[in-house]
Amino acid sequence: MATEPKRKPALEERESEFSTMSGHPIAPLYGPEVAPADPDAEIGRPGEYPFTRGPYESMHRGRLWTMRQFAGFGTVEETNERFHYLLDHGQTGLSTAFDMPTLMGYDSDHVRSLGEVGREGVAVDSLDDMEQLFEGIPLAGVSTSMTINAPAAILLAFYVLVGEEQGVAPEKLGGTIQTDILKEYIAQKEWCFPIEPAMRLVTDMIEWCSQNMPRWHPVSISGYHIREAGSTAQQELAFTLKDGFTYVERALERGLDVDDFAPRLSFFFNAHIDFFEEIAKYRAARRIWAREMRDTYGAKREESMRLRFHAQTAGVSLTAQQPLNNVVRTSLEALAAVLGGTQSLHTNSFDEALALPTEEAVRVALRTQQIIAFESGAPNTPDPLGGSWFVEKLTDEMEAAAYDYFARIDELGGMVEAIRRNFPQREIADAAFTYQRELDQRKRIVVGVNDFVQEDEDETPILRIDPALERKQVERLQGTRARRDGAAVETALAELKRAAASDANLMPPIVEAARARATEGEMIAAMQEVFGTYTESPVF
Amino acid sequence: MEAATARKIRVVVAKPGLDGHDRGAKIIARALRDAGMEVIYTGLHQTPEQIAETVIQEDADAVGLSILSGAHMTLVPRVVALLAEQGVDDVLVTVGGTIPAEDIPELKKLGVAAVFTPGAGTDEIIDFIRAGATERHEREA
Repeated sequence: MATEPKRKPALEERESEFSTMSGHPIAPLYGPEVAPADPDAEIGRPGEYPFTRGPYESMHRGRLWTMRQFAGFGTVEETNERFHYLLDHGQTGLSTAFDMPTLMGYDSDHVRSLGEVGREGVAVDSLDDMEQLFEGIPLAGVSTSMTINAPAAILLAFYVLVGEEQGVAPEKLGGTIQTDILKEYIAQKEWCFPIEPAMRLVTDMIEWCSQNMPRWHPVSISGYHIREAGSTAQQELAFTLKDGFTYVERALERGLDVDDFAPRLSFFFNAHIDFFEEIAKYRAARRIWAREMRDTYGAKREESMRLRFHAQTAGVSLTAQQPLNNVVRTSLEALAAVLGGTQSLHTNSFDEALALPTEEAVRVALRTQQIIAFESGAPNTPDPLGGSWFVEKLTDEMEAAAYDYFARIDELGGMVEAIRRNFPQREIADAAFTYQRELDQRKRIVVGVNDFVQEDEDETPILRIDPALERKQVERLQGTRARRDGAAVETALAELKRAAASDANLMPPIVEAARARATEGEMIAAMQEVFGTYTESPVF
Repeated sequence: MEAATARKIRVVVAKPGLDGHDRGAKIIARALRDAGMEVIYTGLHQTPEQIAETVIQEDADAVGLSILSGAHMTLVPRVVALLAEQGVDDVLVTVGGTIPAEDIPELKKLGVAAVFTPGAGTDEIIDFIRAGATERHEREA
């Protein structure tokens, strides 16, 4: 072809084609011919619209990202100890992992909770547990993140009440609660209610927080789980942003002013192993969000257009084989998140393909962030890769791929309808399957798994959860039930049910039920009587 | 040719417990289906009772239990016991997920035929199930 670029013949290259881990093709070379025509408009400066280069002018020169290690296992006492340990070692924010029963809205003594209590996170059944979880931690001085979605309103109520007991008003509490229910139906699969009432609860929280908790992020719109479920980077970007726009639309329909709530929406992305693709993803996310918030949703305040995000390194990239190699993977992923301008970061521990992390592994993960922050020089200037022909081109292509997905989702009638039709679920399952086949066929290499395999590996010490914890937690819960005023609980639950059947905001009756020491499972069951439950028809 | 008369291998892929990590289960379900097997995927959040019932109703040759919640030492023994109670002792039971190495011997003692941990290839799993199910068919023939 006449336009064939001048370069060495393809024969000399290692592969016939190069692509990112998401299958996005990479050209032999990027040069000035792909440079943006109008860099000021298309890229801008850090802290200025469209925020491609970062939400703030000075970025990590002004303030480093928050080093926020996700922790939670066993009982509240143990997790509380881990929190104190992390704070003592220089961590600057707390992040709570709840166990499966808590995420699904079951109390620890529910038959479905058997064997699951405290396994993958901490069990929190009632306000009693929340008080213990934050024992000795002044809530005025920390920012807390809570990874919970379907029952998020209940856990937020518990937290607000712990603050109240410490003399800290809701407007002084800082932190984030995940609340992103759409990605649950898409990927993470922990739900309590059908989609519509679940969306109403999210909107109730956005509304209530905009009036009562100005420092709180009521939703963390999350691509992390979408990516872990096997999506491509492009799908992660597109589905996450589309979920975000859907929450914005619901809040606008509720009559809220976009500039009253949008500044409190935040994001949570995966930091996967394909270095440049990830950086392009974060940059594209900021630009798309800014443009749509301004032009489609009428935001006037820059805070409403600024996409800020938390990142976590990719759990799925960790291997059970030769686990120390995971320290290297996590470092690369964390560096991508930092260069991509993250506001906070969790680095996974090297033993997490085996079990929950040991204390030593968690320490190495935190040290990884500290090495990037204080030794590598990476935070010295905002968006150091901005202007790279390759990174700018990849950012543009990432953005174009997201808009393709937006159009397909709109054709289906929006995100909620697309989820009902299994569209994102199927796209993700297809991508996950394609990737696995590529590994099986060794078209892609994962060191230690399908190449560079080492026989006779030493066993890595892992964290074991004592099965006796479950009994201990059940006893605690029974103690709560015995001590509280049963009639007050009944009244509060009846009020919650009445509110659920009306259009009232559900946060106030949830706070009151929590105050009466109603359990999470009791409140969920009360709402399920009105809302019903959810069952998916899986696609594979 | 043997394949012309051979029964199709029937496999139940199940997600016991509360964890929503279904990436692996769905990949395996699809790989087994592509390999010509009849695959019944239970979907998420199944109780051991539901799984045992599905295995029996579907007259499955094999069941793959996918667990990434750490609850395997509670849930797997229950599925195995429930199958035994119903007199089902010839179904190939396999487990996949984040299973610590030291738990594997105990699971095998219970009658689990194989445990596939992170990094296992789909071909390896297909071959294992095909071999086990074919043996079962031969015993019945």
